[in-house]
Amino acid sequence: MAQPSPKPKPSPETAVFEPWNDPEAKPLIEFRNVTKRFGEFTAIDDLSLRIYEREFFALLGPSGCGKTTMMRMLAGFEAPTEGHILLGGQAIDTVPPNKRAVNMMFQSYALFPHLTVFDNIAFGLRRESRDDEKIEARVEEMLRLTRLSKFASRKPHQISGGQRQRVALARSLAKAPKLLLLDEPLGALDKKLREETQFELMDIQEKTGTTFVIVTHDQEEAMTVASRVAVMDEGRIVQVATPEVIYEAPNSVYVADFIGDVNLIRGTAKARGEGTAPAANEAPQEEAPGTTAPPASAPAPATGRHDPQPNAMGRWLHDRLLSPVIGPRRDQPKALPAPEAAAELPPPAPAPESATDIPEGGIEIHWSEGAAPIVASSGDPALDGQQVVLSLRPEKVSIAKEKPQAHNALPGRVIDIAYLGNISTYHVELPDGTMIKAQMANTRRIARRDITWEDEVWVSFTATAGVVLTE
Amino acid sequence: MRRFSWFNATSLTLGFAFLYLPMIILVIYSFNRSQLVTVWAGFSTRWYGELLTNQEFLDAAWVTLKVAVFSSTLATVLGTMAAYAIVRMGRFPGRTLFSGMIYAPLVMPEVITGLSLLLLFIGIGLDRGVLTIVLAHTTFSMCYVSVVVSSRLANFDRALEEAALDLGCSPFDAFRLVTLPIIAPAVISGWLLAFTLSLDDLVIASFTTGPSATTLPIKIFSSIRLGVSPEINALSTVLIGIVTVGVITASLISKRAAVQAERETRAGERTTG
Repeated sequence: MAQPSPKPKPSPETAVFEPWNDPEAKPLIEFRNVTKRFGEFTAIDDLSLRIYEREFFALLGPSGCGKTTMMRMLAGFEAPTEGHILLGGQAIDTVPPNKRAVNMMFQSYALFPHLTVFDNIAFGLRRESRDDEKIEARVEEMLRLTRLSKFASRKPHQISGGQRQRVALARSLAKAPKLLLLDEPLGALDKKLREETQFELMDIQEKTGTTFVIVTHDQEEAMTVASRVAVMDEGRIVQVATPEVIYEAPNSVYVADFIGDVNLIRGTAKARGEGTAPAANEAPQEEAPGTTAPPASAPAPATGRHDPQPNAMGRWLHDRLLSPVIGPRRDQPKALPAPEAAAELPPPAPAPESATDIPEGGIEIHWSEGAAPIVASSGDPALDGQQVVLSLRPEKVSIAKEKPQAHNALPGRVIDIAYLGNISTYHVELPDGTMIKAQMANTRRIARRDITWEDEVWVSFTATAGVVLTE
Repeated sequence: MRRFSWFNATSLTLGFAFLYLPMIILVIYSFNRSQLVTVWAGFSTRWYGELLTNQEFLDAAWVTLKVAVFSSTLATVLGTMAAYAIVRMGRFPGRTLFSGMIYAPLVMPEVITGLSLLLLFIGIGLDRGVLTIVLAHTTFSMCYVSVVVSSRLANFDRALEEAALDLGCSPFDAFRLVTLPIIAPAVISGWLLAFTLSLDDLVIASFTTGPSATTLPIKIFSSIRLGVSPEINALSTVLIGIVTVGVITASLISKRAAVQAERETRAGERTTG
């Protein structure tokens, strides 16, 4: 259930692997204005796409979006109605599947039940060569790669699901195809095995240097394994980008909504002029005693209202006399705080910057009558006056009982709390009925109890946390 | 738990008696020493011995065997091809009609089948003999084969064939190396079914036979007209034995194949283990 956190993909080369940004790079696969119709139904609609050598490319979308049709066209089981598919610069539209340097790992694995693991892997090799020694050497290599050597003489029904999955992978890799297609390869595995296998797949992809195209409806899986992800909807590609970009900078509400959990706040954009007073400061503020910004040296910007804090004399004593002996003062005491203080620990996701350093520019979103507008510094001022949607990831929203110092702080009421073990998701209803999800990592073992159902709370996020989209 | 009840026991006994009593009597009397069929004179295998020296019966047996082997083999090839085409062609206009038509001969009265084949053979001037019986038997038994094979093909994972193509097989090789070995049990039991059907067919054979080819059922039927002889009993017992072995083998093979298929499917669904 955890959000797939974008992570850098380990690359075997020292240089960054980004052939899609290199105008010189030749694509291994190219879809040129491909359309595929089944009778009246258009499965693929005028689609163009380039996939480069050594890429791990994911086609992601809900069922019926055309991703499987694309894969079957690559394998040769379907021919495009219009347009061309090029493999290494050659049109392969009419090449039958048995003449393509493309192999596929089937969703059902499609292992031959009457053949042993060894013969399954050797099957493709035997079609093109009679050299038994060479075939055997290659099969042994594949068995080693997929850690199946012990099972070579077993039949598919005598091994476990995870092993069958590896046999299917070994069989499709045995002929060293230019392109390997994986059709929902991990769908039949349980969650733990699936995660292990994802890393195994990435490892094997790097070892063999084969280009992988994976079809999946599981966004976590796509984000984990792929170098680039194409999000599809109704026969079109909505966005092609690296997992990080797809997650952090979706280009449409569809992508934002499909990938992970998201808050969508609709409103009217208004350009922020230079020197416009930050919106958050316009809202009336009750300065609670002790909320005055801590000294600049404070390591954690969390507002430590409930924590026992040294008073002015204590700080003076420490800074002047004791710091050379016991090191710099920590504003957060090391001792366990009183239980009710747990709410303030740990600092929620990106620390809210002090309200005064909202970046200039961007837009304000007037999302609800009478409520303070939301500041989104990433918004294009040219959107002035248009309807926009702010897409905000729940983990970038923090929640507090008292109004925090943040670019954007909205009051609301806790409707629901979902405890997921590693994280908790709070559903907060704003006065106008909008639901906002805020996510907190449960870094402490004892669940926080100070925010509970029906509590009046503040949700806050920075001016840079959201992405402004138009519908 | 099922409990024993007198009602069930009686129904069972009556049912089986109804089905098998005539055959049991026939088998018992085939071991009768007496020349008279209905008078028991002690146990003997004499008539089985006489059977082996009766050249007419041996000739008829040879013809029957030839017809059964050739027709069931031909029916298996054609029936498998028909089943494959019907299952694989997917949807096309008139598919239901087509598949229905393949099974129609199953319920067609044999007299009609026999008569229409006879008319056809006369029409095209084919001399009646072993060849015409083979053709006739192929016609009606191929639909049995196709029923058996198509039920296996219906739950055959198409992806297996695609995987074979993907790994470099021509479509024919994919059928030969992947599809056929997997559906083999169904094909074999279809062949055995066709074989036993051909072995005991009287009606269609007598329509399409000529003077040169007399099958065992025809021979038995015609000798009955001269009175039932213990020799006939012995011969019938042999036929019953062959058919029983054939049918039991066929059902065992298909049952084993079904168990195997289920185990494979279950294994496919299970994720760990």
